[in-house]
Amino acid sequence: MTATIGSRMLRKEDPKLLTGEGKYIDDIHAPGELWMGMVRSTMGHATITSIDTSEAMEMPGVHAVYTGEQLQEMGLWIAPLPCAWPVTEDMVNPPHFPVAVGEAKHVGEIVAVVLADSRYGAADAAEKVIVDYDSLPAVGSIEAAVAGDVMAHSDLESNKAFHWPLIPDPEGTEKAFAEAAHTVEARFVQQRLIPAPMEPRGCMAIPSPAGGDITFYSATQVPHILKVMIAATTGIAESKIRVIAPAVGGGFGGKLNVDADAILSVTLANHLGVPVRWTESRTEAAGSSHQGRGQIQYISAAADADGKITSVKVHLDADMGAYMMLITPGVPLLGSFLYTGVYDIPNLSFTCDGYFTNMTPTDAYRGAGRPEASYAIERIMDMMAHEIGITPEEIRARNYIAGGEAFENYDAASTLVFDSGHYRPAHDRALEMAKVADLRAEQARRRDAGEAKQLGIGMCTYVEICGLAPSRALGGLNYGAGGWEHATVRMLPTGKVEVVSGSTPHGQGHETAWSQIIADKMGVDPNDVEVLHSDTAKSPLGLDTYGSRSLAVGGVAIAMAADKVIEKAKLIAAHQFEAAPEDVEFEAGSFSVAGTPSKSVHIQELGFAAFAAHDLPDGMEPNLQEQVSFDPPNFAFPFGTHVAVVEIDTGTGGVELIDYVAVDDCGTQVNPLIVEGQVHGGIVQGAAQALFEVANYDEDANITNPSFMDYLVPSAAEMPSIQLDSTVTPSTSNPLGVKGVGEAGTIGSAAAVINAICDGLSPYGVTDMEMPATPQRVWQAINNSNGGAA
Amino acid sequence: MDVSMTVNGSTHANDVEPRTLLVHHLRDGLGLTGTNIGCDSSSCGACTVHMNGESVKSCTVLAVQADGQDITTIEGLADTARSDGSSTGDMDWHPMQEAFQQCHALQCGYCTPGMVMASVSFLKENPNPTEAQIREGLEGNLCRCTGYHNIVKAVESVAGGAS
Ligand code: FES
Ligand code: FES
Repeated sequence: MTATIGSRMLRKEDPKLLTGEGKYIDDIHAPGELWMGMVRSTMGHATITSIDTSEAMEMPGVHAVYTGEQLQEMGLWIAPLPCAWPVTEDMVNPPHFPVAVGEAKHVGEIVAVVLADSRYGAADAAEKVIVDYDSLPAVGSIEAAVAGDVMAHSDLESNKAFHWPLIPDPEGTEKAFAEAAHTVEARFVQQRLIPAPMEPRGCMAIPSPAGGDITFYSATQVPHILKVMIAATTGIAESKIRVIAPAVGGGFGGKLNVDADAILSVTLANHLGVPVRWTESRTEAAGSSHQGRGQIQYISAAADADGKITSVKVHLDADMGAYMMLITPGVPLLGSFLYTGVYDIPNLSFTCDGYFTNMTPTDAYRGAGRPEASYAIERIMDMMAHEIGITPEEIRARNYIAGGEAFENYDAASTLVFDSGHYRPAHDRALEMAKVADLRAEQARRRDAGEAKQLGIGMCTYVEICGLAPSRALGGLNYGAGGWEHATVRMLPTGKVEVVSGSTPHGQGHETAWSQIIADKMGVDPNDVEVLHSDTAKSPLGLDTYGSRSLAVGGVAIAMAADKVIEKAKLIAAHQFEAAPEDVEFEAGSFSVAGTPSKSVHIQELGFAAFAAHDLPDGMEPNLQEQVSFDPPNFAFPFGTHVAVVEIDTGTGGVELIDYVAVDDCGTQVNPLIVEGQVHGGIVQGAAQALFEVANYDEDANITNPSFMDYLVPSAAEMPSIQLDSTVTPSTSNPLGVKGVGEAGTIGSAAAVINAICDGLSPYGVTDMEMPATPQRVWQAINNSNGGAA
Repeated sequence: MDVSMTVNGSTHANDVEPRTLLVHHLRDGLGLTGTNIGCDSSSCGACTVHMNGESVKSCTVLAVQADGQDITTIEGLADTARSDGSSTGDMDWHPMQEAFQQCHALQCGYCTPGMVMASVSFLKENPNPTEAQIREGLEGNLCRCTGYHNIVKAVESVAGGAS
């Protein structure tokens, strides 16, 4: 079999997953395991007055019940759950222990833990624990947090956790607004979303019978980060902790945290000397796993008489939830650099205030800060077009960086340098594929005929920041780690290639993509490549998978390590040929001497030569293995144009997404099949934010739709087929020219869908639509309008 | 309570608590962990298996209700195709498994066993569906990764191949 960078190779991961042999966390068992059952706060904010565990203790199969107070006294941890991103020196970060002591601060916070010998037994016993609460006033919305009449934490005097500014040129911004021919401003709500990977979270800690070591299985995106953080939180030495992520059923950011359950299972297993496990239930997840988004955005834009945008000003009020989790405060900041979008806008002013509420903590969800930014700038571009009286296409064309032509190393107002871009081809192709001219004609016809079903066409031209991240840039943002990735490539004695990946898949197809990179570089069959990952014993160094970083950082590290192996192999080949290394050529896996192609040796044969070491060049170390830690010099900036077409039933307010076109540019593609899959899934998640999904809280901070009954993850029936194409503008940030694509779909689609709805409803005077655009909201907007035009 | 059922062609007799869900019996009792659990409100379809040839959400069925019934899970699907001669490809899988790989209709794979089982029984009832019918027919199965596009293509390709 041959495969190269760019082939549509079928995935190596599929056979196990298609036959039920994939092992997810809940499929793995250990003898003697105890199940944790979590007793969770049913109150948004309350004093815990008493906890009665006696009845639970009597239940059959129950081994122990611990309250927060008892666990605190047992001294199982040395630090609260970690926040690795204190965004400012004076950020307020109240201690967040795995189990609440004294005061519960959100529905779902753990107040006691049951250990029982079965899944059902743990659930039964948890229900028998009687907790008495004195309710406290709760903060159930960002608005309430900002108003500050009620404190989310009783011992704090303000709900505000931090203020973070990015204002590179304050005078420039003010001047642009003072001199503007047109200004528009808007307030957008980025509702809270539940990441909802189809596999709920879960974990199991197994103490080894001797030596005090712990093997920790977790449905996590970040086994390496987890290992460091477990050590730092529990005081157990890193050398004694092995973290394994088995098959992981999706993440989308929802599995990149250090949660209470992880610390509880590790420390209780260590304490009791038996395996301790937990599997989240779907409804429980609304309070046990972090949520995404949760921002109110205030944005204004200034333009000159020609419709050239001269400045963008943004303020965010961001909902942290009850506590700071791993990167909670950093998420809105990840978007800060993108509020000028794909446009040549000379001034940006951005501020963000983070607030505590009594809701589930927020943290990363697919796109993390960047979909929010893209939404705001892409909505305000449409509003500005409307204000000036030009089309959405036209205002974009007038404002593209480099006029829509190809560019490299663009200095953005945000202070970042965009690696490369070429925006106009994707724009033109998307409009052509969507047949926008025909759609406009049909739209006009329906408007004139006053038909009940109106058409709306919306576009979004996004850019995102991928390849997280240059370590120095992270240092500048006060992030508590680096952004490099590690890889090892070994040519084994048998001629098989072993690749050790520091990035960690949960559906992305790393085994396939990494095999293709190796096959392309080394000229071997991709089936001769074995990829080791997701186990800190096999892959001790790594920074895992999030922020569309796996390929742009981890994949690049693998390619670089392969190059080093080839370099060393070449020296061995030259030695065997008794030729000068400069005269040795490498082609399709074989070394030969220039001019004498008959004499050749395949790189897979040199694995044994390097291993046996009978006849290596003087001074050369045996074995053919190389490792690379790649720290990218810059981020990568993928981009694209999306077009959404909606049909709006003006009688019911129902919105149907009837067509979707996306032309994305993620630089060089390793496997277009995988790229397309990532884009499809991302588009549906973003469209779901626009149309269906919201975690609803009442004013007492109770979530009112925690299960899949009423948290509306869309099915196939609600989504259309998606038309895709791509352009290829290689990144200049890495030698493969790759940019990353995991979040692109989500970053482009919410704005495209809402722009389409606003376009469809423009005859009714509708200029904005809050997400999700439920039939009720849409109907209301139509009926609030001044008479209706259709 | 004693229950006995045929699962993937072999008979299993066990003693279960009356409240045990079929999905837990299959997974924890019989060790057939291919069938997954994605929710607690009968909404996601990750747990779909065939009971007497028709798809059911095994989290909505008690193990005792499956007493005496014939169950097929993802682990047994390829065997059913091999025995009726419909298996395809190098792996000798059920054509639906084959189509899912060819069309890249799975990413994390968590919804996949349920999605494949639901697709197989959907096509049995509706061998020549339109795209809209496929989408409606799979409404009870959620996938968070693929955006459904390639799943629909996989089902279409099997339908097209069979017709
Ligand atoms: S687990 Fe059965 S429908 Fe979700
Ligand atoms: S493939 Fe991941 S949920 Fe469907």
